[in-house]
Amino acid sequence: MSEKYVGRPVDRLDGRAKTTGQARFAAEHPYPDLAHAALVHATIPRGRITAIDTEAARAVKGVIDVLTHENAPAMKPPPAQSLLNPSTLFIGTSVNYLATDEVHWNGQPVAVVVAESPEAARHAAGLVRPTYEELPAVVDFAAEEPNATPQKGSAIMPAAADKGNAEAALAAAAVSVDLRFTTPPHNHNAIEPHATTAVWDGDRLTVHESTQGITWLRSHLAHRFGVPQGNIRVLSPFVGGGFGGKGSVWAGTLLAVLAARATERPVRLALTRAGVYHTVGGRTPSTQRVALGAESDGKLIALIHTSVSRTGRVGGMPEQVTTVSRHLYDSPNIRLRQSLVRLDLLSNTAMRAPGESIGTFALESAVDELAWELGMDPIELRMRNEPARNPMDGKRFAHRMLREAYEVGAERFGWRERDPRPGSMRDGRWLVGMGVAAAYHPAFQLPANVTVRLGADGGVVVRCGLHEIGVGAATAQAQIAADELGVPLESVRVEIGDSELPEGPMAGGSGQTASVAASVVEACRKLRRSALDLARKSPDSPLRGVTAPQARDGGLYQGSRGETYAEILTRAGRDHLEAAAGMGMLRFLAKSVRERRRWVKAASGAQFCEVRVDRDTGEVRVSRWVGVFDVGRVINAKTVASQLRGGIVMGIGLALSEETLVDHRTGRIVNASLAEYHVPVQADIPRIDVHCLDEPDPTMPLGLIGVGEVGITGVGAAVANAVRHATGKRVQDLPITLDKLLPL
Amino acid sequence: MTQIRMRVNGVVESLDIEPWVSLLDALRDHLGLTGPKKGCDQGACGACTVLADGVRINACLALAMQYADKEITTIEGIAKDGEGTHPMQEAFVRHDGLQCGYCTSGQICSAVAMLAEHAAGMPSSVTAHQGGTHLTDDEIRERMSGNLCRCGAYNGILDAIRDVAAQEAS
Amino acid sequence: MRPFAYVKPLDLAEAVEAVGPGTKFLGGGTNLVDLMREGIEHPETVIDLTGLPLDEVDELPGGGLRIGALVRNSALAADRRIRAAYPVLSQAILAGASPQLRNMATVGGNLLQRTRCRYFYDQAYACNKREPGAGCDALGGFTRGHAVLGVSESCIAAHPSDMCVALAALDATVEVRSIRGTRRIPLADFHLLPGDTPEVETALAADELVTAVELPPAPVAANSRYRKVRDRASYAFALVSVAAALEVRDGAVTAARLALGGVATRPWRAHEAERILVGGPATEEAFGRAAEAELAPAVTRPGNAFKVELARATIVATLRELA
Repeated sequence: MSEKYVGRPVDRLDGRAKTTGQARFAAEHPYPDLAHAALVHATIPRGRITAIDTEAARAVKGVIDVLTHENAPAMKPPPAQSLLNPSTLFIGTSVNYLATDEVHWNGQPVAVVVAESPEAARHAAGLVRPTYEELPAVVDFAAEEPNATPQKGSAIMPAAADKGNAEAALAAAAVSVDLRFTTPPHNHNAIEPHATTAVWDGDRLTVHESTQGITWLRSHLAHRFGVPQGNIRVLSPFVGGGFGGKGSVWAGTLLAVLAARATERPVRLALTRAGVYHTVGGRTPSTQRVALGAESDGKLIALIHTSVSRTGRVGGMPEQVTTVSRHLYDSPNIRLRQSLVRLDLLSNTAMRAPGESIGTFALESAVDELAWELGMDPIELRMRNEPARNPMDGKRFAHRMLREAYEVGAERFGWRERDPRPGSMRDGRWLVGMGVAAAYHPAFQLPANVTVRLGADGGVVVRCGLHEIGVGAATAQAQIAADELGVPLESVRVEIGDSELPEGPMAGGSGQTASVAASVVEACRKLRRSALDLARKSPDSPLRGVTAPQARDGGLYQGSRGETYAEILTRAGRDHLEAAAGMGMLRFLAKSVRERRRWVKAASGAQFCEVRVDRDTGEVRVSRWVGVFDVGRVINAKTVASQLRGGIVMGIGLALSEETLVDHRTGRIVNASLAEYHVPVQADIPRIDVHCLDEPDPTMPLGLIGVGEVGITGVGAAVANAVRHATGKRVQDLPITLDKLLPL
Repeated sequence: MTQIRMRVNGVVESLDIEPWVSLLDALRDHLGLTGPKKGCDQGACGACTVLADGVRINACLALAMQYADKEITTIEGIAKDGEGTHPMQEAFVRHDGLQCGYCTSGQICSAVAMLAEHAAGMPSSVTAHQGGTHLTDDEIRERMSGNLCRCGAYNGILDAIRDVAAQEAS
Repeated sequence: MRPFAYVKPLDLAEAVEAVGPGTKFLGGGTNLVDLMREGIEHPETVIDLTGLPLDEVDELPGGGLRIGALVRNSALAADRRIRAAYPVLSQAILAGASPQLRNMATVGGNLLQRTRCRYFYDQAYACNKREPGAGCDALGGFTRGHAVLGVSESCIAAHPSDMCVALAALDATVEVRSIRGTRRIPLADFHLLPGDTPEVETALAADELVTAVELPPAPVAANSRYRKVRDRASYAFALVSVAAALEVRDGAVTAARLALGGVATRPWRAHEAERILVGGPATEEAFGRAAEAELAPAVTRPGNAFKVELARATIVATLRELA
């Protein structure tokens, strides 16, 4: 009997490559004659370049060229955006770099220096002197937020919703809270800065890139540089962290390719850390209002959730900040609104659970505050309002296990030990608090094309242009293929990260593993059928007459009858069998829309947090964490737990320390550095107990729901609620820094 | 251009470099050792951590010239005698102390040197305030806080280090 | 960074003779290399000191310790004599940066560390320290990391060092050398207030090299402590830090040392607070009064006004632990 691999804590297959330094990232591919590029960033928020002095830069020894809007070869402008062609939605910004004298944000690249060494390129970039005519710019989100206009909705992302009359119900409620929250901008801060190595050979282009979207990057480059997609190869086998920041096409990538074309040299452009802040969008800030009205028994009768977020005038993605309020709590009256301001700043972009990460902070803080008002345990309040069907529209949940998540979580965490009185729990100088919040993230899929090849030597090769951004993507697919074909894991190789492979989905929306799994399962089924057909053609095969064999022990067996794939193929004189699976984008979108009419699908969970607050200084430390998740079937217990923990870690950053500081006068990011933008360090993170309920979602491939984003949702609120419990103070503005708690 | 010699992972290398080349760029661009990573180039992330005469440093803030005639160890040479794998590398895989892998080289080099520092009696902020010499979880966390991991593999990293520390103790 | 010449003198005499216009001494490089790469420092010649024999901690004849300027931060923090007699110094160093950086950074370099004010670092902003007379964009900007004591209209940049805060409390002396000879500068006079010349940060003359730091005997320091408050648990600059030493007899304070970091434009010796503490009762109320007196001259802005209350609370908490 073959062992099943799905569900087991298998070590990630690329672990050795990554722990020995052998894994090569985008900036680590040597080419003879390689040149190095560096960007020059605008220092004004909006205006025109009236002159650009490159003389001093050109005089630097080793400088090959300085590209500006005055001399750069033309790129085509970005394509018009269309929902029917999702690649057009991930264009970063609408700016046609170096084809215009216009400056649209503070930090926009206005020149590229190409040199023989990275040191010379960077030094010379500092010597390029643009002169500007400044134009009025609007950059202050807090000041502009009152002027927000309603966000445009789409079929995929509706921006507003009404059920009943929420304002009237709120006014009439026995108990209510009406709170305003703010969340700051964030940056992804993947430890690998974005990097591109671009090599032209005539009109053929090879790009080593750190990207979450190989296929869409290739089509974008084809469009911008006017060459057929087939002429472009994008290679991205290892991505040093993405979190959404490497999903779109940003300036560095385009300018590396442009510089390579202009100089006729292979060009490497590795962004500086500040360069990442200045050219790659981050998470939008938000202001949110959450108002809840309840009967005195805790039954919700009004739920209002509104948001204002921002995009850049040159692009960006409106976020579904209030989406969670469609799904989490039963209420006869619900009002949801999302509004936008457009500023003279770099586009915002998706960052781990866009919308839900900050939306859950506001909603779940308000629910906690309502529990205080009611004098009710916050889990009890949630259970009283746990819906049987989707609250907004009565659709069925494909899968919903929040009750179980709270039950299991409360037990593992020791919620019963909690003395509900604020400030009542102490440990020496520390005020101790416990908080809880729901995690919620919609399940999502994209089409994925794969081929699976079964060799006469027993080896299996799965090929798909998917992305390894740290999730153990290839490992999960290897486990699935091994089980589907009944072969040892060691015999499966997964080829990824190359646009020559069958088109994979982008690594986004927590959808990659489920999307690819669907196709791997289908391709493997086809292979089993082909193998069986092949075997049954031979009178010598023990499978002759067998109709439904099992895949196990490296072949097909029914009871004791059967043989290995190697035997089947060898007898038939075949070197290998191959099967493909997948579907086009339009057919896939049609299928998705049909499914969305029937089901609400999501990953969810319960986040339990214990904090310690220094009673003198207000320093907050997270001391314990339990997260219980419903993510359907777990494919790899080890990597799934890691990804969920990773989301929680980033959520702790969101809760306590992360904030991109945008100067309100200039729109320039002030803390564009890992020293001043505080991502959590090892000492900030306690033991994180992650538990998955591990029950398959019947509507998802293999029953699995993606885990990339749900982990961060609810974290901000769980921390805020624990701080409220420890100190009696409700902090409504992230991050929860000590100045917002003092004096205690 | 100046010629310097440096022993890198046990091999004496000769380098023709300008004084403004960092040790990190010398390793990555001149010697092709891309294990040490460039996450910030300003001493704020630890991805470039290598050992100089056994001591962990941030190679991004080191001028290569300053390390002439020193013994540099990178992730590529961290295994004993440069062959096979170091127990720390294996423990990182076993405990899933990594995700994307970009900070991993620095984490492992840092962890190896950290255990040596602790064994040599070097204090940390935790030691200084709490006393004692036992390598507690809090000690490891503080001593490893110079290595950022944005994927959030901190628990796995901690477990890997504890595992190796226990192996070394027994 | 701008191309430069690199020299590595073989002895101290050669090092001080190498000084000239456009030269810069290099220790561990953790600050200078960063500033050079950012284009803020652009020496023509870098004089690498790391081969010089200035890396010992020696006992002084009359008690006290002499710390060579090239002693690495980690080595100093681990020194048993420091840990026993001046725990506040060991703790301060260990609270700073990361282990890797402490392994590189030298005592002399730490003394000369420049501010982390982002408006100083980013050349898109006006900065009087970087470009005298240019103006100060920090004044109307994000000031969470900025000073409230010792500020001027020209500059509110906080001094970033932890080590120097402890040295200030310990009455350290800086030994400097040039071809003109050797002199000693009390630490209290070493770092300058910004006034209207924030570009002049220390009393060091252009040709002078820091060779050592001397710690006089300080029995009070045996009971001392460094407390650093920051935005994450480790690897961050101080919002507020407190170096304190206290001697209490029969409920009364008989000796006190107090210095502050994160709140001032230079390592801030809290003389006024010490004056109030000594002879008074070792009570929270008395500690609070002393802290308030020290902080009374604070000049705050919306972004850093919280530091006054935070500093008060941190001073009281630190003294409470020592009492």
